[in-house]
Amino acid sequence: MAALDSDSEEDLVSYGTGLEPLEEGERPKKPIPLQDQTVRDEKGRYKRFHGAFSGGFSAGYFNTVGSKQGWTPSSFVSSRQNRADKSVLGPEDFMDEEDLSEFGIAPKAIVTTDDFASKTKDRIREKARQLAAATAPIPGATLLDDLITPAKLSIGFELLRKMGWKEGQGIGPRVKRRPRRQKPDPGVKIYGCALPPGGSEGSEDEDDDYVPENVTFAPKDITPVDFTPKDNMHGLAYKGLDPHQALFGTSGEHFNLFSGGLDGAGNLLGDIGVNKGRKLGISGQAFGVGALEEEDDDIYATETLSKYDTILKDEEPGDGLYGWTAPRQYKSQKESEKDLRYVGKILDGFSLASKPLSSKKTYPPPELPRDYRPVHYFRPVVAATSENTHLVQVLSESAGRPRPDPGTHSRHQLNASKRAELLGETPIPGSSTSVLEFLSQKDKERIKEMKQATDLKAAQLKARSLAQKASSSRLQPSSPDTGPGSWHVALSGGTAATRASSFKPFVKDPEKQKRYEAFLVNMKRGQKDALERCLDPSMTEWERGRERDEFARAAVLYVSSHSTLASRFTHAKEEDDSDQVEVPRDQENDINDKQSAVKMKMFGKLTRDTFEWHPDKLLCKRFNVPDPYPDSTLVGLPRVKRDKYSVFNFLTLPETASSPTAQVASEKVPQPRGPDKSRKPSRWDTSKQEKKEDSISEFLSLARSKVGPPKQEAGPLVIREEEHETESPSDKNVSKGVDSQTEGEGSRPSMDLFKAIFASSSDEKSSSSEDEQGDSEDDQAGTGEADFRSSQEPDVVETSSVAASEPAAPEPAPSFPIQKMQMDEREAFGPRLPPVFCPNVRQQLEAPQKEKHKKNKEKHKTKKEHRRKKEKKKKHRKHKHKGKQKNKKLEKSSSSESVGSSGSSSAEEGTGGLSPQELLRRLKSLPLRRQ
Amino acid sequence: MAFPEPKPRGPELPQKRVKTLDCGQGAVRAVRFNVDGNYCLTCGSDKTLKLWNPLRGTLLRTYSGHGYEVLDAAGSFDNSSLCSGGGDKAVVLWDVASGQVVRKFRGHAGKVNTVQFNEEATVILSGSIDSSIRCWDCRSRRPEPVQTLDEARDGVSSVKVSDHEILAGSVDGRVRRYDLRMGQLFSDYVGSPITCTCFSRDGQCTLVSSLDSTLRLLDKDTGEMLGEYTGHKNQEYKLDCCLSERDTHVVSCSEDGKVYFWDLVEGALALALPVGRGVVQSLSYHPLEPCLLTAVGGSVHCWREEAYEAEGGTG
Repeated sequence: MAALDSDSEEDLVSYGTGLEPLEEGERPKKPIPLQDQTVRDEKGRYKRFHGAFSGGFSAGYFNTVGSKQGWTPSSFVSSRQNRADKSVLGPEDFMDEEDLSEFGIAPKAIVTTDDFASKTKDRIREKARQLAAATAPIPGATLLDDLITPAKLSIGFELLRKMGWKEGQGIGPRVKRRPRRQKPDPGVKIYGCALPPGGSEGSEDEDDDYVPENVTFAPKDITPVDFTPKDNMHGLAYKGLDPHQALFGTSGEHFNLFSGGLDGAGNLLGDIGVNKGRKLGISGQAFGVGALEEEDDDIYATETLSKYDTILKDEEPGDGLYGWTAPRQYKSQKESEKDLRYVGKILDGFSLASKPLSSKKTYPPPELPRDYRPVHYFRPVVAATSENTHLVQVLSESAGRPRPDPGTHSRHQLNASKRAELLGETPIPGSSTSVLEFLSQKDKERIKEMKQATDLKAAQLKARSLAQKASSSRLQPSSPDTGPGSWHVALSGGTAATRASSFKPFVKDPEKQKRYEAFLVNMKRGQKDALERCLDPSMTEWERGRERDEFARAAVLYVSSHSTLASRFTHAKEEDDSDQVEVPRDQENDINDKQSAVKMKMFGKLTRDTFEWHPDKLLCKRFNVPDPYPDSTLVGLPRVKRDKYSVFNFLTLPETASSPTAQVASEKVPQPRGPDKSRKPSRWDTSKQEKKEDSISEFLSLARSKVGPPKQEAGPLVIREEEHETESPSDKNVSKGVDSQTEGEGSRPSMDLFKAIFASSSDEKSSSSEDEQGDSEDDQAGTGEADFRSSQEPDVVETSSVAASEPAAPEPAPSFPIQKMQMDEREAFGPRLPPVFCPNVRQQLEAPQKEKHKKNKEKHKTKKEHRRKKEKKKKHRKHKHKGKQKNKKLEKSSSSESVGSSGSSSAEEGTGGLSPQELLRRLKSLPLRRQ
Repeated sequence: MAFPEPKPRGPELPQKRVKTLDCGQGAVRAVRFNVDGNYCLTCGSDKTLKLWNPLRGTLLRTYSGHGYEVLDAAGSFDNSSLCSGGGDKAVVLWDVASGQVVRKFRGHAGKVNTVQFNEEATVILSGSIDSSIRCWDCRSRRPEPVQTLDEARDGVSSVKVSDHEILAGSVDGRVRRYDLRMGQLFSDYVGSPITCTCFSRDGQCTLVSSLDSTLRLLDKDTGEMLGEYTGHKNQEYKLDCCLSERDTHVVSCSEDGKVYFWDLVEGALALALPVGRGVVQSLSYHPLEPCLLTAVGGSVHCWREEAYEAEGGTG
């Protein structure tokens, strides 16, 4: 820092430049803030040291190349007088001057590149580096670099230098003659220090210039020309991996310095025959290690220092040449040169090669046949496959050409398979059709099967159509070949004809189409003049020719599309009709077997069904479980399409699906139920009923809300419902005996209901009486309620018949609505919820609603029918009278044990169905309620 | 075994009534322990769901929001949420602490008989009398179920979930086990309408109770029957069954007001515990201790082993 007051203290030494003194009144300049202290180039451009092409990182405004706008768009101006000259822009036109400067990408100044830099420079540089290394903070830090980077100055050079070689000299023993005397003989090449035979020796002698005796000259430095013939397809100078090296390993050996160091001459020195089995180091790159190679040490030509000799040693492995090399293989390159002697001194360890180089064998070009025409022309190609050999024959013969003998096919008429046949190759499976090759064996089999099936069908069709065609054809009728022996013919050639008959290329011209069909028929039968015969004799020659072409083309077209395409496509097995619906592929069936198995307590295989089931992907994710079918888009059970309107799809139980009576039921034919008949109509059967009941129930509920619950009718109604429940055929439950019977009291949707709606009242009576019988049979099991119920039955019958007779009546009888409602209130299927003994009246009101479940096992079958009803009606019911639901409870209480009935008491109920115990209990519960 | 285990104590059956909860929510349709057994849920027919401490008898919270009676409930593994299903066909996801309805899944066509969380409480599985099991995603806001398992031919009365399986009992008399990992559905025919199914705690067996008053222990992998337990009465109602905390006993409700205990291996009736006068409609066994909750009518009883002594004061 400069001292401003240096004048006062003169003995002080001041460094640097002093700041200019502030003028009076001038405020000191603000220091440049840090963010403004930016680096700029000499033109003041921001952060710019390189051209845009050399790494200048921000081009654009102010940094743009050339102008503010970037590359100046050169305006194209061209006039008649002043033609614009076409300027070819090079990359330099888009560079800015930094790119063209010394350090840019395209320096204008002449710079010595590395390739041309003298090697002697290296020495100086090395010196400098050594110095630097010695003075560096870490001594010897650059030592490693020196060792690692031998490329600049290879050890070979060093060795040569140490042996006295100098740059510019050739390699070889020093010669006595003057270097300029070495005139290369045009006939004989001189390589390195090898002297031309004969004359040159003499010429030297003839030279009369003074040559000091003891002065020798270094041979001329000649870059030997590589005459190794290029017999491969590799790029120039490509050197692949030596398989011997890779396979047998030379990890212990040293690189041959000179094959490695003298890069371009590598081929020259190291060659196959001459190096006495000595393996050369690997040079060249490979892309990977083969699977068979056990050692992969040297494959990637890694250079390590251990592979180099860093000192001169006495014992050199191998030839003992001490690194001295001479071109070797050229000495014995030709047979004629075998007797050539190396003129100079033969070095120790060298010997003239006795074995000549094996010359590359060359083959003469193939002799062209005499009739070879080097011009390719297209002709209508009819591939002679098995399917259209007839066509080929017929075509060729009709055209008046001699039919080629199958043995002497001209090679243009052969296809690959024929040629293979001629050559005796085993046919490649599937080689005839390219796509088929890529099919798996399984698919092929499948296609084959389908093809066979369709062909079979086609053969039958063909027989039929042939007969028809024969009668309609104006040509002589041909009897369809139906013999077993001709079946194959029908398959091969015949299918084409039959299919072609459905393929009508000339529909617009019926005459022509007819001719075409006749042509096909004839052709199929192998008639040689098929074409001629079927052509209209009245046609002109030109028309004939054209039609001949057309027919042939159509036949080929058809056959090819038939054979190649038809084998890969199949007709849709099922129409995409809306009549189809998807149903699960696997059904749980064999209920009967399972029932017997259950009866015998043989659980296990007999009772188990296993299905493929596809969980949703998201579900798997949520369960932290890998998707078992990651490729499948299916969810759930695999499904198949079935007829939509088949009853069987919608029967809720599999066993009903198998019973023929299900259909009867679905037709809503009211029939008295036999013991064996399945009385489970399918889900759809009830739809009409549901609708009716729905509307009715709505109406009824309205009416009911006004009238209020008629309590006296409740009892019979309940029992009526009970009756429905009891009419269960128990055809399924085998094993239960008494239990099953008591369970059998569950509610079933009773045919009576259907009859009540759809049948006349006379039918109704008989059927309901049957029901009663069945009911009483059920009750024989000895349940205490049986008596009670049977006493009510007459009433039941009456009410039901009344109800049945008035289904469509707009003004419902009071009993009818209630009955309907009761039906509706059976909401739950499956095990019902237990009743509650609860002191709270309100809760009781709610609870009984839910207690109405069918007890019967059988009720499941009918459940689905009711479900819809229920769901619709439940809504109405919920808001309405709860008093009615108590009626139901009564029924329950009577049918079930006392526990169940205990909870069902309510003061408002009619007393008809109440047992004394219930009354007592109710009395007890009354005070509780008040609390 | 590397070293002999201490001789296990003889299993003690809960037969001492330690608490009675008067739930005051109508009929208790189901009582369920939470995951660690410290709390219990009662599903009432008065549309409420209540959370209790059964040992102290304290009511912790009432969850109301169902439109009809609540038929089943379950707690999540972290006790942070509850799910319940009921007669209003809805499956409700509750927040335990706030008591609010988090989500209401609608889609069932009938009453929801049973609900379960999966292990991580990311999916609620609900079985309904519409014969379908629906898998509701708790993570997304999708209103539709992730998947609907509609293989059942009749109402689904019971659904249980393990880490990769869904076990469902249906009124069509079949027990279906959906194995997500294998992508298979195993359907075992039992014949009688199934009221309750559950896995054994070792995951090897399934216990199936059906309306023929029989409980069956089935081998999970083969479907073979390992044991049969009879003596109770279950012919009409949907009653619960379970296994004791160490799989030593089979426990089932009965319609005669008792709870029956059978020895699992021998199949012999070990205990018929009189609970009340009505039908024992639901029970739940403590996951770790011999503690049983039974629901009869409108009240819930808590049972412990004889040697049990209540700790602390009673609430």
